[in-house]
Amino acid sequence: MPNPGGDGEAAAGGADTCPRCGTGVEPGDGFCEECGAPLLGQPEPVRDPAAAPRAVATPYPWQPPAAATPRPCVECGFDEIGADGYCQRCGTRQPAARDHVELDVPGLGAASDKGLRHTRNEDAMAVLRADAGVIAVVSDGVSSSPCPDDASRAAADAGAGVLGERLAAGDDPETATKRAVERAAADVAALAESESHAPACTYVSALVGDGTVTVGWVGDSRAYWLPADPEAVPPVREGGPPEGAPAELGAAALLTEDDSWAGRMVAWGVMTEQEAQADAKAHVLTGWLGADAGALDPKVRTYAPTGPGAVVVCSDGLWNYLPEAETLRAAAPDAVTDPRGTAAALVRRALDMGGHDNVTVVVVPFPPPAQPTGERQR
Amino acid sequence: MSDGPDFSVRIDQNRYLPEGGQDVHAIVTVTAEGSEPNSGPGRITAEGPAAGPDAAEVIIIDTSGSMTGPGDKIGAAKRAAQAAIDTLRDGVNFAIIAGANTARMVYPNMRRLVPVTDRSRAEAKAAVRLLTPDGGTAIGQWLRLADAMLGQHPQAIRHAILLTDGKNQHERPEVLDATLGACAGHFVCDCRGVGTDWSVPELRKVASALLGSVDLIANPDDLEADFRAMAQTSMGKAVADVALRVWIPQGARLRFVKQVLPTVEDLTGKRTDSGPQSGDYPTGAWGDETRDYHICVEVPPGDVGREMRAAWVKVVASGPAGEEVRASGNVLAEWTADEAMSTQINPHVAQYTGQEELAEAIQEGLAARRDGDVDTATTRLGRAVALAHETGNEGTARLLSRVVDVIDVESGTVRLKPKVAQADEMSLDTRSTRTVRTRGRAEPAGSGPDAPPQAGPPGSPAGGR
Repeated sequence: MPNPGGDGEAAAGGADTCPRCGTGVEPGDGFCEECGAPLLGQPEPVRDPAAAPRAVATPYPWQPPAAATPRPCVECGFDEIGADGYCQRCGTRQPAARDHVELDVPGLGAASDKGLRHTRNEDAMAVLRADAGVIAVVSDGVSSSPCPDDASRAAADAGAGVLGERLAAGDDPETATKRAVERAAADVAALAESESHAPACTYVSALVGDGTVTVGWVGDSRAYWLPADPEAVPPVREGGPPEGAPAELGAAALLTEDDSWAGRMVAWGVMTEQEAQADAKAHVLTGWLGADAGALDPKVRTYAPTGPGAVVVCSDGLWNYLPEAETLRAAAPDAVTDPRGTAAALVRRALDMGGHDNVTVVVVPFPPPAQPTGERQR
Repeated sequence: MSDGPDFSVRIDQNRYLPEGGQDVHAIVTVTAEGSEPNSGPGRITAEGPAAGPDAAEVIIIDTSGSMTGPGDKIGAAKRAAQAAIDTLRDGVNFAIIAGANTARMVYPNMRRLVPVTDRSRAEAKAAVRLLTPDGGTAIGQWLRLADAMLGQHPQAIRHAILLTDGKNQHERPEVLDATLGACAGHFVCDCRGVGTDWSVPELRKVASALLGSVDLIANPDDLEADFRAMAQTSMGKAVADVALRVWIPQGARLRFVKQVLPTVEDLTGKRTDSGPQSGDYPTGAWGDETRDYHICVEVPPGDVGREMRAAWVKVVASGPAGEEVRASGNVLAEWTADEAMSTQINPHVAQYTGQEELAEAIQEGLAARRDGDVDTATTRLGRAVALAHETGNEGTARLLSRVVDVIDVESGTVRLKPKVAQADEMSLDTRSTRTVRTRGRAEPAGSGPDAPPQAGPPGSPAGGR
């Protein structure tokens, strides 16, 4: 992995000019000012920490390994699959690389599936290890918009990349989180061919640091806190936390508030969560990323867990089935000790419960896992 | 051998099947464009015969004794043949046959084709002028002679025009059937019946076996224009021997392949296997034109969420250098639990299904009428009236109104007309298979949740979703 650029040092090859458009760039820049291409020297989403440093950051954890060995048909086992993905014997379309993904990231879990009702996976996720902690971003493409899968991928990659870059540049977690959402919003808006052709998606990021968890979001993708101790209770402190200090986390809790009709009803105290979610308008988004989204209004919150636990970042494909934080905790008893197994199990759970939507789950233990050997230690 | 037109394939369908669903319907639109045939008579270049695809044409004129009948049928037939000869491009190989109990060469006097030149045109027209009617009708004999001569030009676009005025009375039906079996695939034959003494089902069988059209020319005076148009169309063909190659998954069954535009023509029985899971359906020669096909595949039931290619349709042109895939498209199937998606019927599929039934209803209704079965005739022709209305087939609706009195169009309530001109009944029968292009065709993807257009340049399968 290249060095996170905090010390102003560019990795292999330097970054005097943008590798894509050739414009001159400053050594500390994470993205080219001219064309927006990601530059050298920024932290890179975690794919395989053991891999050799890469010359150019291409933060696309979705892409399948190059030259994957041909696999037999998932339906009939025939070994001739056409270039267009159909079995030459039984005609079954083979699953796309993005249909089901489990990221191989030591110490945490990240899984995504297209579900049972959708023809493609319009969710995207990116996971990045920064000095300040682990960054997880989940984005859910808005199905009614054009190319929602491109939107979510752009948002997740830009979000994780910029969040890491800003942290390395010295921003505090909340500022970095805001900058990352702004960049993700700009990247998604740039995909639009016109106002009537505007790809759109939701966005949620979590920065799980040593002492705090910072979440930022637009839309109805969520982050949850699951304590390791099932008996954990909300911290009681006389007079609440000190002015300006992060809210403390004890029992299982939802860390985000949906930018949706239902979320708004609940926030205004007009309806209970259950009543609001039962309404046909429940899922209508009131905030999203996209050229047609209007003014960007990202929410950012920082929390201070009072004990060990795990942060779950997910799309509505999961929380539709397990909306309550306590229910989710009960469904994920090993989130802290087996985040990887937990992410996969939660995705499977959503499929078993109907799989109506794409489902994406990232599980990050708190405190975050130590950096693997070979990586720079603080 | 990428000569000739560019083909493209478009698929219209609703690919969503309910749980347990097995029938996949699709309309396959094949379009050929960009051929540059040299049309029009008398085209002469410095290099000799005009450029253009190699073509071979045989014109068969019925010269049985009945052609002397009312309306000067023989005179009209002669003028029509002469007009066709004038329309043939220089360099096309041609011959004229006179048909009676046997087939006789009119021009040239040997059993072979000769190239069109100003001189051969004049000689052929002079020979046609001398024709005199005599004898009976044995269509199989005529076709055998045409086949023998056209067979000497295997690389050409091979076409025949057949004119008759009577029933095939001087040949057993089995002999005609055997001849049709032997000639099928060798050349395309457009058939015309003049007057009202010929049999529509019989001539339709000939045209169908030889991938040609059939029509009634009630008034002999109209023959000339019709022959000229037929010859022109034939000269416009740019590629011979085009087939639809349909691949289906293992365990699936291809229930039918029908041409549905410009006419309904069931190709299911014309299949020749071209691979372990694929068969070829002949479509004859193509110029710049569009034809639609309705295919139905029965696939093994799949789990919800599974996607499959239910059929892979390729346009295959074969020539001396072998065969070449000129375009292809996918018919897809996907099982869904969402009934709103699986219950939608693609409007193009619905339209053509209606027009297929329309042709059947007319043919069955007219047959019942001939047999004196008034109830069946009334029911079937009434159904036809309703279908013609539903599918917007105004030409057929007009023809129907000459045979039945329409009481209520929507419900298809009709009364048989007591007196019907023979020509009107035969026109309706002959033209019952003519379809109209489905409405709303120009709207892109205006057909609900269906597959996107899949067109491809020659030789490059469009594939994909």
